[in-house]
Amino acid sequence: MSNIPADLNYTESHEWVRDNGDGTVTVGITDHAQEALGDLVFVELPEVGKSFAAKDACAVVESVKAASDIYAPVAGEVVAVNDALDDAPETLNADPYGEGWIFQLKLVGDDPAAGLLDPDAYQRVVDDEA
Amino acid sequence: MGSRTPLYDAHVALGAKIVPFGGWDMPLHYGSQLDEHHAVRRHAGVFDVSHMQPVDVTGAAAKPYLQYLLANDVNKLQAPGRALYSCMLNEHAGVVDDLICYYLEPGRYRPVVNAATADKDLAWMHDKASKFDVSIKRRDDLAMLAVQGPAARSLAEPLLPAAVRAAAMALTPFHAAEGDGWLIGRTGYTGEDGFEIMLPAAQAGMLWQGLLDAGVAPCGLGARDTLRLEAGMNLYGQDMDEATDPLAAGLGWTIAWQPPERNFLGRKALQARRDAPDLPHCVGLLLEGRGVLRAHQQVLLGDSPAGEVTSGGFAPTLERSIALARVTPAAAAAGHVAVDIRGKPIPARVVKPPFVRNGQPKLEL
Repeated sequence: MSNIPADLNYTESHEWVRDNGDGTVTVGITDHAQEALGDLVFVELPEVGKSFAAKDACAVVESVKAASDIYAPVAGEVVAVNDALDDAPETLNADPYGEGWIFQLKLVGDDPAAGLLDPDAYQRVVDDEA
Repeated sequence: MGSRTPLYDAHVALGAKIVPFGGWDMPLHYGSQLDEHHAVRRHAGVFDVSHMQPVDVTGAAAKPYLQYLLANDVNKLQAPGRALYSCMLNEHAGVVDDLICYYLEPGRYRPVVNAATADKDLAWMHDKASKFDVSIKRRDDLAMLAVQGPAARSLAEPLLPAAVRAAAMALTPFHAAEGDGWLIGRTGYTGEDGFEIMLPAAQAGMLWQGLLDAGVAPCGLGARDTLRLEAGMNLYGQDMDEATDPLAAGLGWTIAWQPPERNFLGRKALQARRDAPDLPHCVGLLLEGRGVLRAHQQVLLGDSPAGEVTSGGFAPTLERSIALARVTPAAAAAGHVAVDIRGKPIPARVVKPPFVRNGQPKLEL
């Protein structure tokens, strides 16, 4: 059973989004995603200062199996990236919702949950894949 | 649903992630592919390779038949118990499959072919046997386990049948011992010491559990792939196929040109290509920039296309990305190339495989 914290929002492409309450959100990949990918061995982080529209590919994670794009869940500008993942991509497997965060976006719009799935809706996405 | 090996339920009970592979439902990993890889390099791991297809070729003409069928020469197997790696070619010298052929006794050989190609291979073998007095029989009654790693043989020893134990422990590499319906080869696909064991399917569960109880790690197809890549070994369907001849796949060393009168399938086509000046080279690549090499990425020399990655990935032992690639002679000679990774040229060094043998890196990082 994959872990889907109740205080986060989600995308159909398996990113999670945490509202930091200050006009920024933190983004990572879900427990389900890290488990499906297998051992992560490489992360290509976005550049700080770059802006993305919602659903733009903005980062890449590579597992022992394959490369996967990470999409911006909402429109915004990258204000921070988790450089620690460069040397320790396995953190994405070990702690996907904590130390394994990937980047932070400063929102363009006002709604940090615009177009996102709540935990129940994301659970249904995961169930449908099983 | 694919075919299932006698150990399928044991894999599921261990929490394996099961994936389709060559028509079979096989374990990809049991939690961490990286941990399984390291277990084989440092201690011992066991793979269920029962999807591989042993075939018994028997009869008075078994030897001349195999000398016609295979690009390597079974005449090199001068004593029973010896094994030979070979390609099986079509008339155009394309690789129908690669296999290991065990010589069991005069008039009895056992080639072991790949799972995904087994039906095609058997049809091919039957088709080419019409002029020979041979019988060709699939051994679907056998299971096959590969136990690999520096501690593999000693941990397997007490689990081998008494009738064949001493002979198995005395084997030198690429030799095999047979007894009680088991065939134990000191062979493998990881670059480590170990055994590949064929045994009656009904006994597979006992051997599997015995190995786990002895501390041998269960390993899936994922680790099998990273281990063979580090060992510089080709994977059929990825590094070569029917559109590739063995010269273009870095397998020239497996072609027995002598004696010249041995007329094996594909020989004529191969001979015509043998001296071509533009014959591609098969090389290893070590990625010097950041990223992961993957099959089908383009190799660049300067700004120009100079070949293709055939197998690539992350090498857990080296903690770097490596690949096997088919490149132009100029790229092979250049020593340094680039690989197009998502539109960016990332520098890579040309190296000679293997990358890792017996737990040790074989190149400067």
